[in-house]
Amino acid sequence: MAVLVLGPLGGAAGAFAFPKGGRRLAGVAAVTAVLALLVLAREVVTNGVQLHRVGGWSAPLGIDLRGDGLAVLMLAITALIAGAVTLYAPPYFLPQAGAESRDRERWFWPLFLFLWSALNALFLSRDIFNLYVTLELLGFAAVTLVALAGKREALTATMRYLLVSLPASLFYLMGVALVYGQCATVDLSLLAAKAERGPVLWVALALMTGGLVAKAALFPLHFWLPPAHASAPAPVSALLSALVVKGPYYILLRLWFEAFPALMTPAVAQGLGALGAVAIVWGSIHALMQARLKLLVAYSTVAQLGYLFLLFPLAAVREGGWLAWNGGLLFLAAHACAKTALFLTAGNILQAAGHDRIKGLDGMTQVLPVSAFAFGLAGLSLAGLPPSSGFAGKWLLLSASLAQGQWWWAAVILGGSLLAAAYVMRVLSHAFTQVALATKPRPLPAVQEWTALVLAALAVGLGLAAQGPLALLRLGAPVVLGGAGP
Amino acid sequence: MVETGFTVYLLAGAGVFIIGFHALLAQAHLLRRIMALNVMGSGVFMVFIALSARTAGEAPDPVPHAMVLTGIVVSVCATGLALALADRLQSVTGATELEGGPAPGPNAGSGGEESHP
Amino acid sequence: MNVHGWILPGILLSSFLTGMVIFFLSEESHRLRTWLNLLGAGVKLILVGALLQGIYHGQGYSLELDFLPGIPLALGADANSVLFVTLSTFLWFWTTLYAVGYLEDSPHRSRFFGFFSLCVTATTGIALAANLVTFLVFYELLTVSTYPLVVHRGTPEAMRGGRIYLAYTLGGGVVLLLAVAWLHQLAGPVMFRERGVIEGLVAAHRGELRVLFLLFMLGIGVKAALVPLHGWLPKAMVAPAPVSSLLHAVAVVKAGAFGIVRIVYDVYGVETAARLGVLAPLAFVAGATILYGSVVALFQDELKKRLAYSTVSQVSYIVLGAAILGPLATIGGLVHLVHQGIMKITLFFGAGNYAETLGVHRVSELNGVGRRMPLTTAAFTIAALGMIGVPPLAGYITKWYLKKGAITAGADWVALVLALSSLLNAAYFLPILYRAWFKDPPAHWPHEHCFGRLETHWMLLAAPLVTAALVVWAGVFAESSFSPLAWVKLIAAREYGP
Repeated sequence: MAVLVLGPLGGAAGAFAFPKGGRRLAGVAAVTAVLALLVLAREVVTNGVQLHRVGGWSAPLGIDLRGDGLAVLMLAITALIAGAVTLYAPPYFLPQAGAESRDRERWFWPLFLFLWSALNALFLSRDIFNLYVTLELLGFAAVTLVALAGKREALTATMRYLLVSLPASLFYLMGVALVYGQCATVDLSLLAAKAERGPVLWVALALMTGGLVAKAALFPLHFWLPPAHASAPAPVSALLSALVVKGPYYILLRLWFEAFPALMTPAVAQGLGALGAVAIVWGSIHALMQARLKLLVAYSTVAQLGYLFLLFPLAAVREGGWLAWNGGLLFLAAHACAKTALFLTAGNILQAAGHDRIKGLDGMTQVLPVSAFAFGLAGLSLAGLPPSSGFAGKWLLLSASLAQGQWWWAAVILGGSLLAAAYVMRVLSHAFTQVALATKPRPLPAVQEWTALVLAALAVGLGLAAQGPLALLRLGAPVVLGGAGP
Repeated sequence: MVETGFTVYLLAGAGVFIIGFHALLAQAHLLRRIMALNVMGSGVFMVFIALSARTAGEAPDPVPHAMVLTGIVVSVCATGLALALADRLQSVTGATELEGGPAPGPNAGSGGEESHP
Repeated sequence: MNVHGWILPGILLSSFLTGMVIFFLSEESHRLRTWLNLLGAGVKLILVGALLQGIYHGQGYSLELDFLPGIPLALGADANSVLFVTLSTFLWFWTTLYAVGYLEDSPHRSRFFGFFSLCVTATTGIALAANLVTFLVFYELLTVSTYPLVVHRGTPEAMRGGRIYLAYTLGGGVVLLLAVAWLHQLAGPVMFRERGVIEGLVAAHRGELRVLFLLFMLGIGVKAALVPLHGWLPKAMVAPAPVSSLLHAVAVVKAGAFGIVRIVYDVYGVETAARLGVLAPLAFVAGATILYGSVVALFQDELKKRLAYSTVSQVSYIVLGAAILGPLATIGGLVHLVHQGIMKITLFFGAGNYAETLGVHRVSELNGVGRRMPLTTAAFTIAALGMIGVPPLAGYITKWYLKKGAITAGADWVALVLALSSLLNAAYFLPILYRAWFKDPPAHWPHEHCFGRLETHWMLLAAPLVTAALVVWAGVFAESSFSPLAWVKLIAAREYGP
């Protein structure tokens, strides 16, 4: 488990010290992290939840790392996306072989590996203070990666992102302080036993949730996301949309379902769900209005994150709650794969065509057939068409909402699918038009196109192989959801 | 038994936090906003320290102290990062403020870094 | 898995894998692509033959794959599946041949045939689906894989047609998804079974089941082009001729009709549905669609549009058959699934030949085509007469059973609808035939291509001749044991039981 954190971290340090070896170090770090993950996954599947005490100190003093089903799933998604980026990035940074590009790549590798390390640490952390530290590290890496683009818009977007991210962390930290003051522990498992409803904890949770929601870009605190995600280099956008926003979301799940299920009232659940529902509609409509492809994809992230928050009202009810939990997390995996594929495709189009205006995408299938195909497949999953994993996730959420008689969420889920189909089609319909191309577009390295296609195919294929990840989720599932708990 | 000193200190921490947050929203200059963030951070640390002295008479709880130390390290990094970014922003755009306020319109931002090679 | 275990996945994979390979073929490898296409279609045909053989010898077929928790992807071969899968596979083979000839020298053929193969995969998947979720999966796959075919030409008009098509079908898909998920809440995993699976729920959930039936019909009715959900069909006529023939005769519209058959017979059970009182409104909508389609068809000058509205009308015969209680009506409806398929595909092949060989697109330009292209026009004539219901052709059998069934069930108004519809059919088809055979051809055709001694490319000629022959066979030999009618009688016997 420690290797999962230290592998990429070591790579980051190495890449920082030896800029020329960035690519190779990233490759080594990626392989190490994937191998460590496989070992951990095998342990978890055969022997149940794994606990690692860093330095041999136990809970109140030392730092615990814990691998349960949920953590392993998140680590696996991270490894998948980060692995894909490791393959995609070298040719991506190559074409503009100016000093500027070299400089960008020089910083990309250490920051990327640092980000990976922070994510792994976050998913393994077991106390809310360590979660703060990892969250903050994640934020630093993410913010700096956005700044890599170096242009005026990118810097402005980065600053805006930072000015949301930092106070959000402080809100969260203030919540941690209050929780510690009330319960005298920060351990997720111990908190579950000590937490009782009371004014202090209500304030604490409100602060923490507010901070995390801002970092996870839930409506109405999503405003920073589209410019930041759209102006970053393509591999960075992919990391941000697929992984970084999932970090705070993951903490929210741990908080509400594991540490403080006692405080999860219907009002809280419905409130978070309602924000999610508005995000779906708001994000989709804005995605429909965008003139540029990357902004469309970024607004689509705002909408799709909304679906993740539908998990709260649906999983908080005992009957069908487990379905919703599965559905939400499957949806998360689906979104990670599909969105990475979309951003990588958008990067390909940007490099090949020199722009990403949606109106100017006519004839895309003639030029980049593989990328167009990847976009189509990923779009299939976003729109929740079967048999994609997006469909499987939506099906589970839908089943839960119908089983619980919460039909209003069913309406949101279905309506959101149509909106997603509409904005995906806005792009794809240009791809099918036939035009004589004025300029000959730049050919792209095959790796760039195929990485996107493989991820898109995974987003669809995961729907057919959902049983594996879902079985994993049972290991160490929260007690409120009928799991055995820690 | 809880001392009044503790309560005052705790409330002061909360007050500093709120003042910092207000400044963050109200100020436009980036340097001021970064300072506001530091003020917010100090508020949080005050709360932590107050909580460690919560139970009167006994030795103060060391765990919040450790957390504050970690928090200070993190906050120094954050400030450094923010300052570097503000500096870069000023050298590229010449501005010391973010244009357009915190909430951009639907079409704000750009489609990508290589939009016009 | 033994040999029999591989037949069902084989039927799907034979076109799926072909499609995947074709996607990545370069545009120039014309010969390889043609062979792959024919190979895929041929293998599928052989596998379906083996399936029929196996069933004849009492072999059962089913296959389940893990999909959603508690709900497998299930394939099976019951009587209804076999009917539809045989029809689509057989017609597919000839459509492929036709499409290869039709699209010679046009751009993006790899893309076209890739999606073409995906489309047949989806259609056979719909036929073989053994539960509702599997049906839904392939139903949506069909939507997605036909869109690129509809917009194949890439013109603004095609894009518009494609957008309308998607808006209708995706909207329908969402309604269907809701219905399926809801029914699963009530009934658990729904496997298709003769006489339905919901009988036990009627007492407790009468109202919900009625609403659900409405949702199912709205969701599937889009593809079956029931009025008022038919708007996409004429607009989708911008597609190339092989696609139109496929959409109308085999894939999309037929999948909708087949879906309604599935819901009525194998989910609700026709007797249960009748007890819920949901069949009468369905019959009414079907009747209205039949008349509406025929009336609008009268006023279309563009040949493909006239055929499109004719489809709107004809497909509802199938729905009508399903909506009337009683074995005779069931036979009439189900047999029309096959009959309408072979007749309509012949008509579209004919229309495609006129367009491709002579550049003729309008009814008013058809003067004398019978002299220039006698074989095509002969096939077209047979199919058109079949549609009108002239004995002893296929359409006559359908109408006879439907009429008998309606009168037996006491729905005399249906007989009136059928009579009116036949008159209207005659009114919009006979003028075409008159022009084609009895008027003098013009001095010049709009865009004439010459193909040596034959009247058109041999691939374009073979397909309509074969399907026209089938139209005759299905009518003349209806009472033999190897006819669609014989098979459909078996299905009806099982549905109504002893």
